[in-house]
Amino acid sequence: MTLAVLNIEWQTLADATALGAVYALMAVGIGLVFGVLRLVNFAYGQLVMAGAYALALASQWEWPVWAGIVLCFAVVLALSLLMDRLVFRPLRGQSPAVMLVATFAVAFLLQSIALLAFGPLGKIATSLASLNRPVTVGGVDIRKITIVAIVVAALCLLALVLLLERTTVGLHMRAASMDFATARLLGVRANRVIGAAVLVSGALAAVVAIMLTVQNPLVTPDFALRDTIVVLAGVVVGGLNRPIPATLGGFAIGFASGILGGALPTEKSQYLPSFLFAAVILVLLVRPGGLFTRYRGAVERV
Amino acid sequence: MTEGALVVENLDVRYGGVHAVRGVSFSVERGEIVGLIGANGAGKSSTLHAVMGLVSSAAGEVRAAGASLRRRRPEDVARAGIALVPEGRRVFAELTVDENLRLGLAARRSRGGSPGLLEHVYELFPIVREFRRRPAGALSGGQQQQLAIARALVAEPDVLLLDEPSLGLAPRVVDLVFDALAAIREQGLAVLLVEQRAQRTVALADRSHVLANGELRLTLGPEDAADTETMVAAYFS
Repeated sequence: MTLAVLNIEWQTLADATALGAVYALMAVGIGLVFGVLRLVNFAYGQLVMAGAYALALASQWEWPVWAGIVLCFAVVLALSLLMDRLVFRPLRGQSPAVMLVATFAVAFLLQSIALLAFGPLGKIATSLASLNRPVTVGGVDIRKITIVAIVVAALCLLALVLLLERTTVGLHMRAASMDFATARLLGVRANRVIGAAVLVSGALAAVVAIMLTVQNPLVTPDFALRDTIVVLAGVVVGGLNRPIPATLGGFAIGFASGILGGALPTEKSQYLPSFLFAAVILVLLVRPGGLFTRYRGAVERV
Repeated sequence: MTEGALVVENLDVRYGGVHAVRGVSFSVERGEIVGLIGANGAGKSSTLHAVMGLVSSAAGEVRAAGASLRRRRPEDVARAGIALVPEGRRVFAELTVDENLRLGLAARRSRGGSPGLLEHVYELFPIVREFRRRPAGALSGGQQQQLAIARALVAEPDVLLLDEPSLGLAPRVVDLVFDALAAIREQGLAVLLVEQRAQRTVALADRSHVLANGELRLTLGPEDAADTETMVAAYFS
């Protein structure tokens, strides 16, 4: 069955939506930390990678599924806090460029550690592989993970909105991302707000790790690296400094890459990133402030 | 004699080679307004920033109710009972008026609440209650200034610092703000008012210190308010 006009199969559409949903979670994770620290965390993908290794090890040790998920969260959250404590906090007063380069260093460091510890061949995370089985919805075969990913992403985003809108720490996070200096003058504790953002962002990375290992069970040191680069492009396209546009940007680029991946013939699939980034460049030429932000006049540059 | 709510002693602030504040000393008691007046660049805001921990002082001491505030972070100074109404109001334009007030609670020392507190703030500034669901950015400058003061008050501070609250406001709104400050003094807060409107400040404050070139030059009382010549002389000495 196809969506006749566009010649796109329903299955492709569902998979693209699921990829968009997972990328939206990564975009929020990156956007939350950017909001309070003005820091683009390039090492975000390595948090996902670490979570994926935790899942792979858990399945190697034949742990039950729930224990693997708990281990994944524990590893990613601990690593997030360590990153904040050892790298972000000491460099907080430095320029954004210094912080960005530092996150590059962290990314490559973590990748190298994974290479040394687990070798280049990768490990297999199999405990959730049953989610790849299809179910039939309205005559269309859809993999379970597609539905799970969309539902989980929607629930995570809903929980995040409630956290930001309804709780005191959420209010403090929003205020800090608008004007951190004034928030501190009002007694908002900088370390606590940044710690909360880092933790929530880490929890999202753990969720992403679980979703991605189902789709791609072979965990290698460069796991999620390509996804991170694509999501970063999506976040910039959406509008980095606002949570909702960043999320939409992440979703849009995931969706686009899913649709393109389905539409391109198999032998041309290596051109997918080229098409994707060509689209990113076009969007940024037309709307430098981001696709989903209100236009606020020219960006101050040159 | 017990120590004042806010005591500043021999405060020095330097920005690189610039000596912005030189050996400034003064104190503010509870139930008292102290004015800090002077031309642009006289060191008024630098003094406030040093009290709040926004800039580190090169020398000197700042104490609140006997406890030193030196080298403390701005959020800790706020939590020690010092509230600043910053220059340019700095309300969160995209948050509602109510959310701005809730942010003010961050520095409150007592858990739970004084239920009358919000009522009291609303009474002082009815506009804050009327517009409480609107984004703060939709308010006029005068309304934002009232919100900024209200936001500082919900923290139940002992000391209220104000950095040029009348800047850019219509005369009618300036009256409103100065009346509110008088009411706040009645409640026993210690108020430090940094202003360029010298005459009005001198008339309202219990005493006003004139800053020039980073130094305290002169202290004026309300009785000097009419005597503008003294003040003008003080400015240009």
